[in-house]
Amino acid sequence: MSTVTAELSEASKQSNVAPLPDRRIRAKQLTLILAFSLLLVSIFSLTSGASGISLWRTLSDLIQGRELATLDRVVLFDIRLPRLAMGILVGAALAVSGAVMQGLFRNPLADPGIVGVSAGAGLAAITAIVLGSLLPATLQTYLGSALVPVSAFLGGWASTLLLYRVSTRAGQTSVATMLLAGIALGALSGAASGILVYIADDSQLRDLTFWGMGSLAGATWGKVLTALPIIALALVAAPMLARGLNALALGEAAAGHVGIPVQRVKNTAILAVAGATGAAVAISGGIGFIGIVVPHLLRLATGPDHNTLLPNAALLGAILLLAADMIARVVIAPAELPIGIVTAILGAPVFLWILLKRRVDLVL
Amino acid sequence: MSRAFTLEAQGIRACLGRKEILHSVNFTAAAGRVTAIVGPNGSGKTTLLRAITGEIAHEGSVTLNGLDVNHLQPWQLAAIRAVQPQSSTIAFPFTVLEITRLGLSAGLSAADSSIPIRALEAVGLGGFAGRMYQDLSGGEQQRVQLARVLTQVWEPVVSGKPCWLLLDEPVASLDIGHQFTVMDLARNYAAHGGGVIAVMHDLNLTAMFADDVVLMDGGNVVTQGTPTEVLTDSTLAQTYGCPVPVNTTPPGHIPFLLPQARVQMASRSI
Repeated sequence: MSTVTAELSEASKQSNVAPLPDRRIRAKQLTLILAFSLLLVSIFSLTSGASGISLWRTLSDLIQGRELATLDRVVLFDIRLPRLAMGILVGAALAVSGAVMQGLFRNPLADPGIVGVSAGAGLAAITAIVLGSLLPATLQTYLGSALVPVSAFLGGWASTLLLYRVSTRAGQTSVATMLLAGIALGALSGAASGILVYIADDSQLRDLTFWGMGSLAGATWGKVLTALPIIALALVAAPMLARGLNALALGEAAAGHVGIPVQRVKNTAILAVAGATGAAVAISGGIGFIGIVVPHLLRLATGPDHNTLLPNAALLGAILLLAADMIARVVIAPAELPIGIVTAILGAPVFLWILLKRRVDLVL
Repeated sequence: MSRAFTLEAQGIRACLGRKEILHSVNFTAAAGRVTAIVGPNGSGKTTLLRAITGEIAHEGSVTLNGLDVNHLQPWQLAAIRAVQPQSSTIAFPFTVLEITRLGLSAGLSAADSSIPIRALEAVGLGGFAGRMYQDLSGGEQQRVQLARVLTQVWEPVVSGKPCWLLLDEPVASLDIGHQFTVMDLARNYAAHGGGVIAVMHDLNLTAMFADDVVLMDGGNVVTQGTPTEVLTDSTLAQTYGCPVPVNTTPPGHIPFLLPQARVQMASRSI
């Protein structure tokens, strides 16, 4: 090979030219890999825990119609399966909410946790824990243990609607105003929560601390079924937003010019995010960073196309949350860490790393 | 081309904040021609284009091929009209090809997936398809946006009706070679029956490539016509507030500006 051609081929190796049309195919392969991984992690999650259960023995017992040991049945069906289902739901909801919100805000650091949606949901939940006893007795018995989840969910919706009201003028949503209003809303929720913590009694404080850090430990079928329809609806709506979110990367005006009904895409995205985040926070408390880390890793791997980013985010979000949950259960077994601590320890450094590595200044 | 195929704006008033920027502007551009909007800084050129494209609230009506644009859905409008923005930052690591492909999502050309590659070749970015958009220079990014816009309305005429390219300073950050590439593309598009409207800064390029020139000043259209009619010593001196002598090239029909001559001219006028 002559020196010139050698130099040329060396140059082309360095010039970051990706062969075409690699990323769409790679993203679809990744979907398969992630789906398979989720299956493996789910099996592993079902079989690990304080009480040792052999999944294979249980399965063969079930298939051959043998009665399961009562303890095994309770652990498997009433504790681990709802926990698994909740982990998958919450992980998928948080990751997809993050990806949709980042697409909407054209900002890789946007997240329901940042614009105050989670804080609003949290405030409502804390209010329910501390002041729930002031509600009329009939309402208390009617809601029962659903009081906190329902309040958190309503709080998420309310704060999203408020944010949207503040930042929308004449049918145009300003992303910058929404981010800033989110900061204000977060601060306000924090202050109000502080007052409530101050007047809470000891047992309420324990509830608050536990809930505030987020956990899958309190999983029940009831909670799973409360959140399932909302999260499922949001997850189904999300892929329909993909084309619109891709075009929004060009800016709102340009997205309109390529034929996207921009305001409708924004409305749907905001509803999907509010629903999924509110429902997730309602059943699991504040679990941070899944919504930032998952979409970012996927963009690094297969690019920012929302057609594949959104489904892959749902899968990877579920996988990461189940993995974090296993870590939370194992580290100080037989007790367990709140999962929010695990995701924060793993996620916060990634968040900072994104800030350091980003190529362009954040645009509002 | 029938008279119906025009872009027509009637009584366009637009405000930015409280200040009225456009004072009841009337404006017509015909398909098959390149129409340039020129004028000094702050004359309302870009605001006019943004009002025509519906990006800013405005009074007055805009019709495209005889249809009121307010009655068209975004995707219907996108199939016959593409708009190139002045500049565009993109937050996510899209490749050049992925950005160009966004033009496919609306236009009638959606069926042909080879168009984005051909559009990139047309703007002189043949080998750039796999590159990251964020890593390109400003001029290269601008040409990627043009390729995306071309992809959207690739055929200048679809079922007998013209498509339209609306370009906001398409050559602003380009070198002289690529300025010609881009202006040739615009000319070619018009020659095949499409409509082209471009906000232009460079009066010489305008004189070379435009069929019609709309001269704006202070939010009004001062005059509209062929380059020879519009680009004259007196109109330019008046609107731009400085003497810019206009000459013609040897064949005698393309006016050109020679700013170097202004010293001479100024001393003459004293």
